[in-house]
Amino acid sequence: MSAELLSESLTLALPEVILAVGAMILLMIGVFAPAGRANSTVTGLAVAILIGVLGWMLLMSGQGEAFNGAFVQDGFSAFMKTLTLIGSIVALAMSAGFARAEKFDRFEFPILIVLATLGMMLMISANSLLTLYMGLELQSLALYVVAAINRDSVRSTEAGLKYFVLGALSSGMMLYGISLVYGFTGHIGFDQIAAALTGAERSVGVLFGLVFLITGLAFKISAVPFHMWTPDVYEGAPTPVTAFFAAAPKMAAMAMFVRVVIDGFGPVTSEWQQIVVFIAIASMILGAFAAIGQRNIKRLMAYSSIGHMGYALVGLSAGTLVGVKGVIIYMTIYLAMTLGTFAFILAMRRKDEGNVENIEDLAGLSATNPVMATILTILMFSLAGIPPLAGFWAKWYVFLAAVEAGLYPLAIIGVLASVVGAFYYLRIIKIMWFDEPAGGFVPAAGELRLVMGVSGLFVLGYVLIGGPIAATAEAAARALF
Amino acid sequence: MAGMPILSLVTFLPLVGVLIILFINDDSDLARRNIRMVALLTTAFTFLISLLIWIGFDTADPGFQFVEKVDWLDSGISYHMGVDGISMLFVILTTFLMPLCILASWEAVQKRVKAYMIAFLILETLMVGVFCALDIVLFYVFFEGGLIPMFIIIGVWGGKRRVYASFKFFLYTLLGSVLMLIAIMAMYWDAGTTSIPGLLEHDFPVSMQTWLWVAFFASFAVKMPMWPVHTWLPDAHVEAPTAGSVILAGILLKLGGYGLIRFSLSMFPVASAELSGFVFTLSVIAIVYTSLVALMQEDIKKLIAYSSVAHMGYVTMGIFAANHQGLDGAIFQMLSHGLVSGALFLCVGVVYDRMHTREISAYGGLVNIMPRYAVAFMVFTMANVGLPGTSGFVGEFLTLMGIFQANTWFAVVATLGVILSAAYALWLYRRVIFGVLEKESLKAMLDLSGREKVILYPLIVLTIFFGVYPAPVFDVTTASVDALLSDYSAALEAARAVADVAMAAH
Repeated sequence: MSAELLSESLTLALPEVILAVGAMILLMIGVFAPAGRANSTVTGLAVAILIGVLGWMLLMSGQGEAFNGAFVQDGFSAFMKTLTLIGSIVALAMSAGFARAEKFDRFEFPILIVLATLGMMLMISANSLLTLYMGLELQSLALYVVAAINRDSVRSTEAGLKYFVLGALSSGMMLYGISLVYGFTGHIGFDQIAAALTGAERSVGVLFGLVFLITGLAFKISAVPFHMWTPDVYEGAPTPVTAFFAAAPKMAAMAMFVRVVIDGFGPVTSEWQQIVVFIAIASMILGAFAAIGQRNIKRLMAYSSIGHMGYALVGLSAGTLVGVKGVIIYMTIYLAMTLGTFAFILAMRRKDEGNVENIEDLAGLSATNPVMATILTILMFSLAGIPPLAGFWAKWYVFLAAVEAGLYPLAIIGVLASVVGAFYYLRIIKIMWFDEPAGGFVPAAGELRLVMGVSGLFVLGYVLIGGPIAATAEAAARALF
Repeated sequence: MAGMPILSLVTFLPLVGVLIILFINDDSDLARRNIRMVALLTTAFTFLISLLIWIGFDTADPGFQFVEKVDWLDSGISYHMGVDGISMLFVILTTFLMPLCILASWEAVQKRVKAYMIAFLILETLMVGVFCALDIVLFYVFFEGGLIPMFIIIGVWGGKRRVYASFKFFLYTLLGSVLMLIAIMAMYWDAGTTSIPGLLEHDFPVSMQTWLWVAFFASFAVKMPMWPVHTWLPDAHVEAPTAGSVILAGILLKLGGYGLIRFSLSMFPVASAELSGFVFTLSVIAIVYTSLVALMQEDIKKLIAYSSVAHMGYVTMGIFAANHQGLDGAIFQMLSHGLVSGALFLCVGVVYDRMHTREISAYGGLVNIMPRYAVAFMVFTMANVGLPGTSGFVGEFLTLMGIFQANTWFAVVATLGVILSAAYALWLYRRVIFGVLEKESLKAMLDLSGREKVILYPLIVLTIFFGVYPAPVFDVTTASVDALLSDYSAALEAARAVADVAMAAH
């Protein structure tokens, strides 16, 4: 690689480079910062770096391939990276108040988030199986540590350990799949794999590889049947960590999923389509039914996220431009709803008990904290997919794609599952509005109120801004076709 | 008035009231009074403006009028509003009933007045929107969005079993509607548009029509509601506050009938013709069965709820009779039922506010102390029975005439419903109003207050006026119904011709 090519590649990957260098500098700052202030200093700087990278990417970043085609920067990656960065930034910002209140003072947390974000951006931009694996491992290793960051808590360490063991297993399977694909096609670049699969006879080996690959991908987006870690990690991890888990990694993993199957395995759509249809159906149904019995709101959100990944996969299973556009819109709206909901969960603080996590603790909230209750009500109706809120439009686009592709059984099962799912969202609303008050919460911190307000407005006002968002999403999806 | 977006104005004006109410931020008696006043003035003003639609309406034009169209979301979904002879009067009905509902809740609702009024105003926007929407996605948004405020209204201000009733209401209707959503998507891919006028012109393949029809029917049958998916209605009615019941019976049920006319009958004519026997069967069962059930009710509201199901049976029969009398009758019956059942629920509200019970056995002999109330209740009972001279008669008679032409046997059985409705309604009236005033608790009851007179007297006038002189309604509907029916028979002819050719080819 000539120096000129290298510098071109580095320019294209500059956001990633900044993150990598920034994480190391932050580590130094964290080590030498005076004890007690390390966390807040590093968190502030990490947010600043992430915002800087986001701004750079939106304004200055070029498009094209770098490092001999191993890395690609296009409209799709720009869109999904934006979502990922927003997820990371908001999750970090929301952790600040929690860290103050809970004496949760570990400066490693923001650094690990930055490193995980770097891994996610690599996953989104990966254009070959090896880049993908590298990005994935960087993200996963950071996340394993983050899940167990509250190391004095049994629940948190259990969650981290569980996540690590299962995650390592899925990484192993994925690597096995990659080796099979490489062995049978002779390539690791997505474009070359697609070229090798076009017209050629489909060897069983490639399909085996594809199945293992999808297994690993499904694990990362916590789709059924690889979802087992999700409820435990969501419940066990400290709430800001859960908020992070629910937002950014989902965006990146879904983007990676889309790019692998559309770019790399586009010629064998009918082969992976049946797998994706199955995991979509299984996730939607499990997400709908398993959440009904939950009492812990974080655990409930875990099942809810499993269901929502199922809906997003409905769009992907169509395998068309409309489908990918649906996935992108779905993830955008899901990000807004999820961040808002977790801001709310972080704000569930009582004066004497500290943070509470049970659904019953919300009883009568509409009388004690009417504004918060109204926002969560809007978010819950939106998660249930009731128009005119944003969640409805998310479902609209993915099901539109499924119907276009003729996947009627999938679409019908999906909407029926959404009715079942509506039940537990309604239950939260019922507890807030119909039950007698059980004592209010202390006023939420400013950053949480901001996040709740913005996400509530987004969800409510999507009908007004949906046109441009959908157009941008379509342009992003077009990059893959 | 050209250029003034009057439909959008009527639709979204209530939201202005919501904004104003949001700024009233304390909980004193004065604040509550102000909130009520804002809600009342907003709805009254909305009603007055909506009358401009009726005044400006061209009865000779069968197409959509006051059309507004703005690009909205991508994939061709536009903000497209307009009314024709079928939908226009429902808009007026909605805006007319709304101020009455606010008045009916004036004293009955004391807790969380702010949220209550906001919910009602949002509900008004969504309901008016359903009747004005000329884009099927926009229609769905308004149609489904109405669930949110209604769920809150039943659940927060309802009776003892409000939680159960609100969940049942929400999940039942949602279940029906999501299937319609899939059908809407399939229609979009087949016709390439979501605009209702565009879809009306598009001929859907016959094989597809049946599936689409079934999906739409699932949604509208729940909403109507038709037997056997009516069971949410009695629960919702009994538990909802008075004004909530009025809206449910007066307007929300009409969404189903309106949808059947606008979509099922107009867009899937072949499937409608094929499946009309199925609808007739369900309707006849609804009429006879729910009338019998109504006879045995001990709760006044539940009795009226069951009678609503029976009356909606006439509507569905009239619609799928697919002739002029049937369709005109169905529309008239819906409008009349909107007034009459709304009024009946308001009457129940009057005594409920005083006694806080809806048990029929708790009352008796009210005529002795509440003569005015007895008269009002009688007029509405007679209208519910379908006595000639009241608006109830016109709709019932026309639908029966329509169904008689389509299928005599169904007409014969359906007529039983007229007798049965007389039985349960008159029996209810006798038990509540007549007899000796024995119960001590009743003796202190006052007759209608000024506010209640303002609510009930206009309804009496309208009930009798439209019973004697229904022409204003038919003037509006005729042109659109004619156009619909000629399209309908043309589509059937075409389908028959295609089938003949196919037969000949074999």
